[in-house]
Amino acid sequence: MSYWRVPLDIQNVKIPKGDIHIITERCKGCNFCVEYCPRDVLEMSTDFNRKGYHYPQVLKQGACVNCNLCEMICPEFSIYCLEGEEKPPEPDQVLRKGENHES
Amino acid sequence: MSEPTTDYTDTLTIPEPKENLKHPLESYIRSERFPHIWCSSCGIGTIVTAYISGLQKSGLDPEKVAVVSGIGCSGRAAGYLRLDSFHSTHGRALPFATGLALGNPELKVSVISGDGDIAAIGGNHFIHSARRNIDLNIICINNFNYAMTGGQAGPTTPLEANASTTPYGCYEYPFNLPFLAESSGAVYVARWTALHIRRLTNAISEALQKPGFSFIEIISPCPTLYARRNRLGTGLDTMKFYHDSATIQHGADTREVDIEYQKKIIVGKFVDKDKPTFTEARDTFLNKKLGDQYVPYRRPNNGH
Repeated sequence: MSYWRVPLDIQNVKIPKGDIHIITERCKGCNFCVEYCPRDVLEMSTDFNRKGYHYPQVLKQGACVNCNLCEMICPEFSIYCLEGEEKPPEPDQVLRKGENHES
Repeated sequence: MSEPTTDYTDTLTIPEPKENLKHPLESYIRSERFPHIWCSSCGIGTIVTAYISGLQKSGLDPEKVAVVSGIGCSGRAAGYLRLDSFHSTHGRALPFATGLALGNPELKVSVISGDGDIAAIGGNHFIHSARRNIDLNIICINNFNYAMTGGQAGPTTPLEANASTTPYGCYEYPFNLPFLAESSGAVYVARWTALHIRRLTNAISEALQKPGFSFIEIISPCPTLYARRNRLGTGLDTMKFYHDSATIQHGADTREVDIEYQKKIIVGKFVDKDKPTFTEARDTFLNKKLGDQYVPYRRPNNGH
């Protein structure tokens, strides 16, 4: 696996961390957050909420980077992200060559 | 004879509501009215989120913002926003908003409504508000049909699309809303889809800060009627279609941004120009004609 050169300011770079909160009772199971999460943090639960919809749950604990996309795309105001503690990047989180992190 | 068992609760896992979670936008929404009426995977909820984020970003005082909406699915947006909001009669969101904007020039008035409300029954109000360049911000949520009343063909239904009143496909030519808005005199015209949330938020923020008639058309999925009747899948499939077929062309000629059935959608900011608003033009003109005799209308301090 080939890497870009290590950024010069790697010591100062902190990867933001988000804490995801899901108001399961509001969810109508549209899947937007699961599909469009750029880090694939979420998955659909096999459980139902009171309205009979599947709701999302956190699949990869700690992978959220607080981009707030799930909060913005959710039509039901049922998921949101709060800023957690920032942490320095792990070696395997350095951008790999050709990897697109824009989406 | 034994009683039939009616208690199935132990066969399902229904979680108890968790601890009190408070959404960051809770102060802007009337969550006591939730769950809202919009279908699962409808895009209107996303657009309302984008509107609130755009409002926060624009830095306007929420006390000085009013939202008016007409009838239709998107007409319910006014009811779910914790702002000064009014749910007007069908097509008359723009006249109501015009009165509000002229009666209280301090207010920034937004109209959130659908394509049927703004372009069909309210079409005349739309072209004349744009012509007079009244200080309004129009957010037109276009789902290509009258979704609340059963999916009838509307003024934006693309040719060949199936609607409940056109079972063999639509044969009427649809409106090109950005072109209609620009040719009527709007100073800010943009089109986005419900998927372009960050760009949409920026556009709403820009439009709210723009004096004059700003118009944003937002293409939104309608999974229950338009997508179902045309076999286009769920709202998520529609969103994926937007992802594949939407092309951003800022400053595109609005004459060429027609939407054809399941073809590419040109999105972007098409028009952003400066023109005196209705109030400015009136005050300048009458000042020139009448001099000191002319006293511009100001809202009385004790007015309500």
